[in-house]
Amino acid sequence: MPTSLVTGNSLLAIDVGAANTRAVLFDVIEGEYRFVAAGVAPSTAEAPFKDVLEGARNAIQTLQNILKKNLLDGSRNLITPGQPDGSGVDALVVTLSAGSAVRTLVVGLLKDVSLESARRLTESTYARIVDTISLGDARKPEQKIDSILRTRPEMVIIAGGTNGGASRSIQRLLETIGLASYLMPDEKRPAFLFAGNNKLVDEFKSLIGSLSSTLHFSPNIRPSLETEDIDPAELELAQMFITIRKKQLKGLDALDQWAGGHTLPTAYATGRMVRFLSKVYGSQKGLLSVDLGASSAVIAAGFKNKSVLKAFPQFGLGENLPSLLNHAKLEDILRWSSLDIPASVILDYLHQKSFHPSAIPATAEEFVIAQSVAKQALYLAMQTARCDFPREAAFIKPTLAPLFDPIIAGGAALSDASRPGQSLYLLLDSVQPVGITTVILDQNNLMPMLGAAATQNNILPVQVLETGAFLSVGTVVSPVVSAKYGASILKAKVTYESGAEAAVDLKYGFLETLPLGNGEVGKLSIQVARGVDIGFGPGRGVKGVSITGGALGVVFDGRGRPLDLPSDPVRRRELIKKWNWSLGGG
Amino acid sequence: MLAPVYHVNGLTTIIRERLLPVSGNVLARVQQKVTASEVVAETRWAREHVLLDVARELGVSPAMADKLIQCKMDDELTQGAEIALGRGLFPRSVRAPRAGRVVVVGGGQVLLEVGESKVELRAGIPGTVIQVIPNRGVVIQTSGGLIQGMWGNGRTDAGTLVSLMDAPDSILTPGRLDVSLRGFIILGGMVKTAETLQMAADLPARGLILSSLNPALLPKARELKLPILLTDGIGSLPMNSAAYRLLSTNAKRDVALNAEVYDRYTGSRPEIIVPLPVTSEQPLPAEYITFAPGAQVRMRRPPAMGMIGSIVSIKPGLTVLPSGLRAQAAEVKLENNETVLAPLINLEVVG
Repeated sequence: MPTSLVTGNSLLAIDVGAANTRAVLFDVIEGEYRFVAAGVAPSTAEAPFKDVLEGARNAIQTLQNILKKNLLDGSRNLITPGQPDGSGVDALVVTLSAGSAVRTLVVGLLKDVSLESARRLTESTYARIVDTISLGDARKPEQKIDSILRTRPEMVIIAGGTNGGASRSIQRLLETIGLASYLMPDEKRPAFLFAGNNKLVDEFKSLIGSLSSTLHFSPNIRPSLETEDIDPAELELAQMFITIRKKQLKGLDALDQWAGGHTLPTAYATGRMVRFLSKVYGSQKGLLSVDLGASSAVIAAGFKNKSVLKAFPQFGLGENLPSLLNHAKLEDILRWSSLDIPASVILDYLHQKSFHPSAIPATAEEFVIAQSVAKQALYLAMQTARCDFPREAAFIKPTLAPLFDPIIAGGAALSDASRPGQSLYLLLDSVQPVGITTVILDQNNLMPMLGAAATQNNILPVQVLETGAFLSVGTVVSPVVSAKYGASILKAKVTYESGAEAAVDLKYGFLETLPLGNGEVGKLSIQVARGVDIGFGPGRGVKGVSITGGALGVVFDGRGRPLDLPSDPVRRRELIKKWNWSLGGG
Repeated sequence: MLAPVYHVNGLTTIIRERLLPVSGNVLARVQQKVTASEVVAETRWAREHVLLDVARELGVSPAMADKLIQCKMDDELTQGAEIALGRGLFPRSVRAPRAGRVVVVGGGQVLLEVGESKVELRAGIPGTVIQVIPNRGVVIQTSGGLIQGMWGNGRTDAGTLVSLMDAPDSILTPGRLDVSLRGFIILGGMVKTAETLQMAADLPARGLILSSLNPALLPKARELKLPILLTDGIGSLPMNSAAYRLLSTNAKRDVALNAEVYDRYTGSRPEIIVPLPVTSEQPLPAEYITFAPGAQVRMRRPPAMGMIGSIVSIKPGLTVLPSGLRAQAAEVKLENNETVLAPLINLEVVG
């Protein structure tokens, strides 16, 4: 057992989502931090409640009912620090994703340089870009002003100018934005993040300082033409996001005070955890976290020297659902369905569900529709995020996803499924992993909470991760191949610790599994057919590689990459049902 | 678990805040009786600006241009009014290209606000002004029936209600609309064609109260000037029986139709108000209550989406639903006597 450095502080983490608020307790048990229990309640950011604190209290109430100990006092305030009678907690951290995407104006000098970097920075939080302004913008200054007044940005992100470089051009852009801000009522003026030429900070303060109560600065995200450094600005943006939300969401200020200012956007906290895990468990492959919830789809990927964090409100499964059709056709959603559902039913679903983001599928048909929509949303999020993955990442083919290990999946759409096979099936179709990877289900959506907890206690995430708080779904082998349906593409053998063996002959178009229970380890040997690539080069297999088990054991996805579903709807639906059964999805 | 309340209430007290989008003049006073169409506040709002670079036009430095500029902030300029006059034997001048108001002067530039239009804030509901919010608007109180909707196209009007619905699942077709309906608020059912919407607008009707609308028609519905409210949502949904009963029994009465856009964060929802005289003040409707057996509820999602029923029992702990998901759930007896299992999160209390 590792030596404990822990002083015994309990920590409560609260995640305020668009649909649900979760309260999770971490405490020291037998010298190590562990995930103790979670309580969930509907979020209350929206009317009629309009107070996020209410949802947090309800979630804590549920948690204390499970724990049979008091965390709230008679006035429903958090008891802190922990009391000798066992009530209360020592510390609290909060993560937040509730609220509409923040309307954002992105400003940069050159369209393909600083503006592009600013866009990437913006995508690291729950934002919707309503306009962009750059030097190449052919609009007259007054047209830009009118556009800003019309789009009413709540946040302006400014990049541009290399450190010590020319400043006149960015000053001109600032004048236009300053004028527009001046014309807005005080309470509607946006928050500003300046992440450009560091020599212009004073100039920025004098031009914009009197026009906004929220000014943030970060090191230049584009210090030179060749270099992009977004990480420090992501933290600044995260803090600015919380400041904006405090003005929008009643109760958040009080919740943040309970947390002693330790409130982070959920996406940022997830990104922090992914960065941390990449460092701890770093390999040649990347590490991927996907989180699909009502507010957005969040993709966080850690590579050897770079991390990528993307929050896509446009692919969230809540109030933005109808806008999914700006990025996909109804047929794109229908292709994932195992049932013959009219396109009009899907269209109605997208609109009706947007009225009630917290509603859940109660019928089998509704579940199929929800899963089909979730697959398309996550598929689009992955495709969009892939554009910003580093070229140096390990790829089998640059047009496919990079090699990832592990893939961690969370968010209501993934963690609420009644069987792990359903979650895995959703992931296989939308993320389309390649090679050999471990898939882990974050059933209690702990990733962001651990990322936030790391600000208070850096031992906690490490110890919690090692104590089985996540559900291992299993090891997934996804060969890159194109072959005739039914052709043999690989032969695999798992050797168990007992010495027993199990083998599979994987045929193209099939999904197969071999048992390997949670916590078990085994040796995997794979022989591949000519041209088949499982991450070691075409035609190259692997012998005796150590793998860990999971709820589904070892899963072989022989459907090829990119996944090419049959165009004949009857045949496609038959196959989807078959694949679903193969993973125990029912 | 707390339950949101969907208001379909025959007689209640209604208090609504009506605010300008930007600051302006409030015309109504406290205790003033207002009609739904009465203007309670107004402001002027310019949607366009013109930036004049005087320094560049006159070929002088910004500092020199500032000395030559003859207007100051808030000056109202007519089209062609002289803004600055250069120096020399044949001085150049800079003139206002359009009539407007000076909003910024400095740095050798003048920014004009042009194309100003008047914004009038109507009461939206008939009632009594109980509070004035300086420069922004009023709070109005009234009594009557209240029916909330799911979607509105952002317009508001008032008029006499005429019902064209024979049943909750009626479809409103162009053939049902004729000139005798001009100036009325029409209670229709489902609308499936753009022609129906256009005919209602051409009559013109004062407004449309529909159960649901084909999603392809949403852009058209947003464009039209007459208010359109959907009681149950988007698609092909019949009107829920509670709303249908209350609305159809109030036909030929004056109603206020406020088809404002649903905002989940502020809580503003499209609604229909049927003003009714009262002898004693009615209680305000609750915004949320706790789920309990006997409560009348509306199904927000399948099964039986949109139907009204009453909670028979609340299941202890988590229940496995037909979808396979586990959630806090209740047995709901629907009006057709069928009993279904529904997660509490998919229900709202009617009241």
